[in-house]
Amino acid sequence: MEYKPIRKVVSGNYAAAYAVKHARVEVVAAYPITPQTSIIEKIAEFLANGEIEGLEYVPVESEHSAMAACIGASATGARAFTATSAQGLALMHEMLHWAAGARLPIVMVDVNRAMAPPWSVWDDQTDSLAQRDTGWLQFYAENNQEVYDGVLMAFKIAETVNLPAMVVESAFILSHTYDVVEMIPQELVDEFLPPRKPLYTLTDFDNPVAVGALGGPNDYYEFRYKIAKAMEDAKKVIHEVGKEFGERFGRDYSQMIELYRTDDADFVFMGMGSLMGTVKQAVDVLRDEGYKVGAAKVRWFRPFPKEELYELAKSVEGIAVLDRNFSFGQEGILFNEAKGALYNTNAKPLMKNYIVGLGGRDFTVSDVRKIAENMKAIIEKGELDVEVDWYHLKR
Amino acid sequence: MEIPENVKKRLSIPAEEHFYAGHTACQGCGASLGLRYVLKAYGKKTIFAIPACCSTIIAGPWPYSALNANLFHTAFETTGAVIGGIEAALKAKGYKVKGEDGIMVVGWAGDGGTADIGLQALSGFLERGHDAVYIMYDNEAYMNTGIQRSGSTPYGAWTTNTPGGKKHFLEKRHKKKVIDIVIAHEIPYAATASVAYPEDFIRKLKKAQKIPGPSFIQLFAPCPTGWRSPTDKSIELARLAVQTAYFPLFEYENGKYKINMPSTKKEPKPIEEFLKYQGRFKYMTKEDIEILQQWVLHEWEKLKKLAEVFG
Ligand SMILES: Cc1ncc(C[n+]2csc(CCOP(=O)(O)OP(=O)(O)O)c2C)c(N)n1
Ligand code: SF4
Repeated sequence: MEYKPIRKVVSGNYAAAYAVKHARVEVVAAYPITPQTSIIEKIAEFLANGEIEGLEYVPVESEHSAMAACIGASATGARAFTATSAQGLALMHEMLHWAAGARLPIVMVDVNRAMAPPWSVWDDQTDSLAQRDTGWLQFYAENNQEVYDGVLMAFKIAETVNLPAMVVESAFILSHTYDVVEMIPQELVDEFLPPRKPLYTLTDFDNPVAVGALGGPNDYYEFRYKIAKAMEDAKKVIHEVGKEFGERFGRDYSQMIELYRTDDADFVFMGMGSLMGTVKQAVDVLRDEGYKVGAAKVRWFRPFPKEELYELAKSVEGIAVLDRNFSFGQEGILFNEAKGALYNTNAKPLMKNYIVGLGGRDFTVSDVRKIAENMKAIIEKGELDVEVDWYHLKR
Repeated sequence: MEIPENVKKRLSIPAEEHFYAGHTACQGCGASLGLRYVLKAYGKKTIFAIPACCSTIIAGPWPYSALNANLFHTAFETTGAVIGGIEAALKAKGYKVKGEDGIMVVGWAGDGGTADIGLQALSGFLERGHDAVYIMYDNEAYMNTGIQRSGSTPYGAWTTNTPGGKKHFLEKRHKKKVIDIVIAHEIPYAATASVAYPEDFIRKLKKAQKIPGPSFIQLFAPCPTGWRSPTDKSIELARLAVQTAYFPLFEYENGKYKINMPSTKKEPKPIEEFLKYQGRFKYMTKEDIEILQQWVLHEWEKLKKLAEVFG
């Protein structure tokens, strides 16, 4: 069948819901939280209209139970999905470990929302990044198209390496903003994403399994190693699946870091998620103004694209890491990871951390320009002014 | 071991064993007996979800399992949610769930994992109407972490965080009536059971299997380790709990209450009968015992009235 995309104008949340439908998810268990709610509402609506079949929808009483129910479902062999945000994701934390430890390829959309207090419903990446050590793969979407594509790819990758995957989109900037999304006809999604082949199921009664039993010091270590190995293997799988996606549907995701006009760049802006849309636009403007700059969008934060980062770092003099998140007592989380990844290499670009947009603070092209001016100055001088710059702070 | 047919015929509970020797329960453990009966009733076409509790250990460490059935070990507070998810997946995949020939999904959790931290997930499970059975084995404390009080610990009991002693700091609240909380959800079937009455327990398990929707059984399961009782007295204590009306056996089915006491005519034995052999009650004063006795009789009268009015 020839690929003719179906164009729909949808919000990021609806893009996620359509992807869930097209992925033929079998169990959705979820609990409402702003701004995730419209994902699960849309899925319920699909069900109510008879647009989805073979899906069990479990309206649980908390996010903790949402993840627990997905875990039960996934262990039984089903393709399972949930979605949440901020406080909901934090409440799930224990179960995120459980999903990865039991090697269950659950896919979740997290709508990045700032953690309270003070209450905030706006964009901030700290919620999802705080889950980085749970053994979940993490994909950060720049726009609604990437939310849709990300969910489909996440299932395929997760089910190949038997680890759960999180697709992350920003609160309101994507979740509630409408944009054109090219959707894939069901038959072609089916070809790309065949039914799940589980690592184990709870339905073989002649060869019963006991999953998650006590693992003594003699065994536990190896269980951890296997997760580490699966994460490492995921890099290759991400590359292959991303490439296949490109060949089939025209959007190539083979690179874990998407490079934008970096070829001859003196320095680059690095970041994740929707703010990179702004950055790319700014790069075009700055190029016209004579700056030799580029953008490096980190698509996959887990596994961390060390190798691709190294290749980039070799060729530039500076990296401005834009973090819409913060790890208290240290620095921006992406900055921390990127610096750490390069320490044992011979690539030593000047790296500076800009904390931007926390809790939904606007981040615009002119902000990128200011950062570019600052980066240019410090590169000329050959040393940092400050390492971590709370860029928007009202001083 | 093969059981001769003529013996098999005389047995009132299934002869088949799906709970294997080599499990790691303490001697005289009521919970392990309970697991054995559940497997006798449901056979191997069963999926268990077991949260953090003594049964995590009883079932055996990786890569072993004492259960000839599928088992998913889960987080402490998630039993209700996990069995809901398992049931949903089975349905999505087109399996028959519950009923004589269906797959049995069983949540098997302690009183701590049910009355306290897991109460929310239990409530959600009951309310959403999943076709699964939730069994709370009630040993009246958190045994796995070393005998701390739970909401199901009775008045006057010693535990490691309600220790006795000079200041007399014992459990001061009465046992949380989890079954009443369950019944308030108006589910089709709920019952109490005791390891001292296996026929009654298995009959209830079978009933829970037949009735669609969520079922709940609260199983009284003595713990010699936590109760500071002799290991050979577990069954006797479980029986005395029933005979003193401390833990009455009854069923709730579609709005109707039915008491299933071995002898309904007899007045309950004095509570001291149940307290004896148990080191956990040794700090109780005469007044304490009286307070517990009054509570037991009051609750028993309440139950009898319920059975009378809604029988
Ligand atoms: C979230 C969480 N908190 C605490 C624990 C520690 N924990 C494990 S088992 C247990 C007590 C279990 O008590 P109960 O449910 O009554 O079962 P029993 O051990 O008596 O069989 C506790 C507190 C845990 N595993 N998870
Ligand atoms: S501590 Fe009690 S409940 Fe736990 S295994 Fe021992 S006897 Fe059984």
